[in-house]
Amino acid sequence: MVIIFGIYCLVMTVPNGKESQFLLRSRPPSEKLIDVGFKNLAIATASMVAIVLLSIVAIVFAGALESMGKYGLHFLFTSNWNPVTNEYGAFTAIYGTILTSLASLCIAIPLGVGTAIFITENFIPQIFKNIIGIFIELLAAIPSVVLGLWAIFVMEPFLRPILNSLNHYMGWIPLFSTGASGPGVAPAILILSIMILPIITSIARDSLNQIPSRLREAAYGVGATRWHTIFNVLLPAAVSGIAGGVLLALGRAMGETMAVTMIIGNSTNFNISLLAPGNTIASMIANQFGEADGSQVSSLMYAAFVLMSLSLLVNIIAQWLVKRLSLKY
Amino acid sequence: MSQKVQMQNNKYKPESMISLEDVTIRYGKYEAVRNIYFDIPKDRVTALIGPSGCGKSTVLRAINRMNDLINGCSITGRIVFNGVDLYAKEVDPVEVRRKIGMVFQQPNPFPKSIYENIAFGARINGFTGDMDELVESSLRSAAVWDECKDKLKESGCSLSGGQQQRLCIARTIAIEPEVILMDEPCSALDPISTLKIEETIHELKKHFTIVIVTHNMQQALRVSDMTAFFNAEQLDNGSGGKVGYLVEFNKTDMIFNSPTEKATKDYVSGKFG
Repeated sequence: MVIIFGIYCLVMTVPNGKESQFLLRSRPPSEKLIDVGFKNLAIATASMVAIVLLSIVAIVFAGALESMGKYGLHFLFTSNWNPVTNEYGAFTAIYGTILTSLASLCIAIPLGVGTAIFITENFIPQIFKNIIGIFIELLAAIPSVVLGLWAIFVMEPFLRPILNSLNHYMGWIPLFSTGASGPGVAPAILILSIMILPIITSIARDSLNQIPSRLREAAYGVGATRWHTIFNVLLPAAVSGIAGGVLLALGRAMGETMAVTMIIGNSTNFNISLLAPGNTIASMIANQFGEADGSQVSSLMYAAFVLMSLSLLVNIIAQWLVKRLSLKY
Repeated sequence: MSQKVQMQNNKYKPESMISLEDVTIRYGKYEAVRNIYFDIPKDRVTALIGPSGCGKSTVLRAINRMNDLINGCSITGRIVFNGVDLYAKEVDPVEVRRKIGMVFQQPNPFPKSIYENIAFGARINGFTGDMDELVESSLRSAAVWDECKDKLKESGCSLSGGQQQRLCIARTIAIEPEVILMDEPCSALDPISTLKIEETIHELKKHFTIVIVTHNMQQALRVSDMTAFFNAEQLDNGSGGKVGYLVEFNKTDMIFNSPTEKATKDYVSGKFG
């Protein structure tokens, strides 16, 4: 190969009559071959993603077919989950998934975006901003099973009196209508908020940092106060990035399994109260797949399919929202 | 006649709007400009010229406390506006910027509609009049109404660079500041847009005091009444940094035709810079 290359170069330099100092005026065939090879490799790996994704969807769908035929849409609205009598309805888990993920977003969005604003504006010296930033990223590095353990042994016992007094004084609100006696939906929501907080914060921070400083100057230049600048210029300009982060966080919250399973109580009985034990699709699948067979497997597949569809739906809605909200600058 | 004589004797002094008294500005430990003194006259155009890195933009941004946004920037000396030291403790920088508006080097319209670009600042400043009228009159004053009138709902960023800059001028006029600062407003623009903006400046100086930083000496000559020439000298601490200082401040025709300092003469005749 080297010899061919050498001759090739020699041939190329002769017609000029003088010896060129640039040997690669024309590229050797081997290099072009590598180009083509790399292009095909890139196509192969890129389509791999699509193939894996589609086959996962196909297999889950195929597994769920039996249960779909049997229960139909009824499956989504009944909360009777009984492997003994072979009756399945996933309403408790679907409700739990939606409730815990949305409620944790409600807690994490203001906290996360607020933190992001705090560490991108010049409230504190740069060194403290960096330290806070590092801590937020460390929070993301805690394994979910560790967070789950912490939730069981530290957070939930600490919260129980507070949750019980919520029930005592505001029990007339359906969401607080039961007492707290251990694992339940409320601690699960809190642990989810902690888990998605770093995602929202770091993405919001990045998108706020990406706003050109001339936009900030423009706002201050017409006499805007800091708050006015943040809420009327900076946040609208960063909203598409922040919404992207929220979306990612929502996906994480809906699919999160380990920590939620450990703290939510895994009850298949429907209860509207936040303080009672509940269930999510992810924790239900994790808990039951081991000893499931027959139509229970199919029903779990059906639940998994519902979870995937929910994620997809959220993605589509969010993409549309981002497109509507984002400002061009 | 008597006024003419006075002007020739260089005794005629218009009312001063802003006085810089021994202003020194530092970024961190390093001085950017040192010991600046000059008076900006009311309802005139004052140009700040000089080579790159001489601190003319820094001085300009100090006048409406824009440098407050830069970490580590500090100032000593006094900038007196209407008898008040702008850097006194009790002065709110937000209020300063409502009285002293600014047009930036890069056109920076808000990513909102053209209408909203004007209305935003006016609303912040508590404007109670007819907003539609204000938008129209501001855009007219900035000579960009004809291009904008049919697309007030479109984004300000959809305009061309020159139109964007005139929109930014309109936005500044809309809040009726007493002084308008312009930081090389034409440096990102083509010659025709530049000409239009200069015409706008000529119109504006009837009602506003304007301070303009420019790299373009012809522009200073065309638009300004007074000119301050800044230069920079090597710092003697061996850091390789430069510190800016004011060489000469006088009526524009004096600066360009019979400067007293040799550096000014060399600069305006194109020997350096």
